[in-house]
Amino acid sequence: MTLVEARGVGRTVELPDGRPLTILSGVDLTVSEGDRVSIVGRSGSGKSTLLNLLGLLDAPTEGELAFLGHDVRRIGSGARDRLRGSEVGFVFQQFNLLPGRTALENVQTPLLYSGGREFWRRERIARDMLERVGLGERLTTKPERLSGGEQQRVAIARALVRKPRLILADEPTGALDLETGAEVMALIEAVAAETGAALVTITHDPTIAARSNRHFLLRDGRLESADAAGDVQSDGNANVADADADIDAQVEAVA
Amino acid sequence: MTGWLTRTATGVVSTIVEALEELRIHRGRVLLSLIGVAVAVCALTTVVGAGAIAEQAGREMSERFGGRPATVSMNVGTGSGATDNEAVAAAWQTTLDRHGIDYASRSGYGTLTVQFVDGAVPVAMQVVDPDYGVMHRVRVMEGAWFTDGDGDRLAPALIVNEAFWERIGSPSLATHPTVELVGNGQVTGVITGVTPAQSEWETEPAAFILTDSFLPLQPETADPMMGAYAPSYEMWVPDGSADELTESVKRAFESELGDGATVDGWRSDYAAQEGDPFLPIKLMIVGVAVVILLLGALGLLTIALVTVRGRIREIGIRRSFGATAGRVFFSVLMETVVGTFVAGVVGVGAAIALVRSPLMGMALGGAEVQDMPGFPVEAALIGIGAAVAVGALAGLLPALGAVRVKVIDAIRF
Repeated sequence: MTLVEARGVGRTVELPDGRPLTILSGVDLTVSEGDRVSIVGRSGSGKSTLLNLLGLLDAPTEGELAFLGHDVRRIGSGARDRLRGSEVGFVFQQFNLLPGRTALENVQTPLLYSGGREFWRRERIARDMLERVGLGERLTTKPERLSGGEQQRVAIARALVRKPRLILADEPTGALDLETGAEVMALIEAVAAETGAALVTITHDPTIAARSNRHFLLRDGRLESADAAGDVQSDGNANVADADADIDAQVEAVA
Repeated sequence: MTGWLTRTATGVVSTIVEALEELRIHRGRVLLSLIGVAVAVCALTTVVGAGAIAEQAGREMSERFGGRPATVSMNVGTGSGATDNEAVAAAWQTTLDRHGIDYASRSGYGTLTVQFVDGAVPVAMQVVDPDYGVMHRVRVMEGAWFTDGDGDRLAPALIVNEAFWERIGSPSLATHPTVELVGNGQVTGVITGVTPAQSEWETEPAAFILTDSFLPLQPETADPMMGAYAPSYEMWVPDGSADELTESVKRAFESELGDGATVDGWRSDYAAQEGDPFLPIKLMIVGVAVVILLLGALGLLTIALVTVRGRIREIGIRRSFGATAGRVFFSVLMETVVGTFVAGVVGVGAAIALVRSPLMGMALGGAEVQDMPGFPVEAALIGIGAAVAVGALAGLLPALGAVRVKVIDAIRF
């Protein structure tokens, strides 16, 4: 089932001096259930903007973007928020856990915005989710007393507690060492696989990008498939590495 | 329909749960910001509650002089009609009986000479009937007010003031202390009660005596033109029908007195005055309370605004997990409302303790109040209501600010 479909999507913002700045342009992307999509690109290439569009945090200024078949520009603000809450789970690079709350309270937060049974059973659901990510013993620990890897696992539990169909991970391993990063990615993938959710990962790390089955490169606001047309490799490693080398070459050229 | 109700109920409960959680997490800040509100509510409620006691004290003070609402006084100009006090009293009693008026009293002043140990002293006597005590809220600090049977005593009963009582050595009334009264002859009076001094300037002896006891004693030398005993006739009637009754009683009294008699009647209680005599006090109380509350609101608003600014990132995170703008608005608003409600309850509790403390009672003249008002429910409601209103007002700006937060910017904040 198609979750998100972008056709010629662009995003332009106005600079303080009134000039327009195009961040994204002509983006075509389709994400279906069970997809593993990675997007790489330089800083400022529009990766986060694209993720915000896919996650209904932002709306395109051009093109068509459909979420579960609905044109996002026709969905009201409140309905969009509710749709995001029930269908999208965010994992952030800096974890974005709520300070002062325990791991359990953090994971319960999205359930405060769900109606009916999920709200009334929020503690049980959150507890199960934390046990699922291996933090059953750290329920009452506050984020500041958790390691980076543990914090990201709490963030993953929080992102997935409402069983979203689309998981958007923005540099999920950016603040972690290699080993912990690999563990965290394995966890996200495992939990996503359980529910059949699609996973879109934005990363600088080729090894993380290589774990996906569809690879994209974002360059100057344009999204290009890194799986060469007609030459899609089964593991995708070569193309992602090429894309990364391409970025590095451009960065050096700029320098 | 049921589904909609369930969703709405869940939405309301979850918003309150979220607000309570936020209050718990930020309890330090909340406590600091709410101390101001709790103090303001305490002050407001105390002022309103204490105001009620002060007003009651003032009212009772007025009632001691002018009588309870509605007290109607009548003066008799006898003309060619009945001339002696007994005939007028009989006409008055007939008129009262005809109108079914239960509380009435003659009230006049006279002088009797009292033989103290240090000499005979003319003492001002307030000459009344037993109902006068109820009608004028006369306080008795020792003994008791006159009863109907006191008029039949051979030794007239006297209720003396504190200065009188001290002058005879403050004897126990259980010993039935007596004094010699010199008027039209000499009789022994029995002191059956003592009234407290109305003020520190009340240093001269004075006493109440029943009309029926006084009339035989009044000096015969009294010249009608030179201040002879001429009572006014008072009755205590329902407030609503006072004017109507005054007219009717006046006409009936004149008729009973005979040709040529004229009767003047007017309301003597404070409630008959134009407007509300306690309005200036009330306005002052309200003014003080409003200023106090505004200061509390200002403090709360400042802290709430600063707090929301510090929580932009948190709001962004919540929005990313499905919190709608409306939900964020009500959540932030609810935080201050729930907080100020709790502060209001604490403030009102403190105010009740304060107002009911003996010290406050004394300061407000509560010791002199016969019908001490309970802590006014409206004061408690006003206190809590004002706290919630302040919470809603102070939470409005931060809540609007929270809604305007752009989710993307907020997450990166």
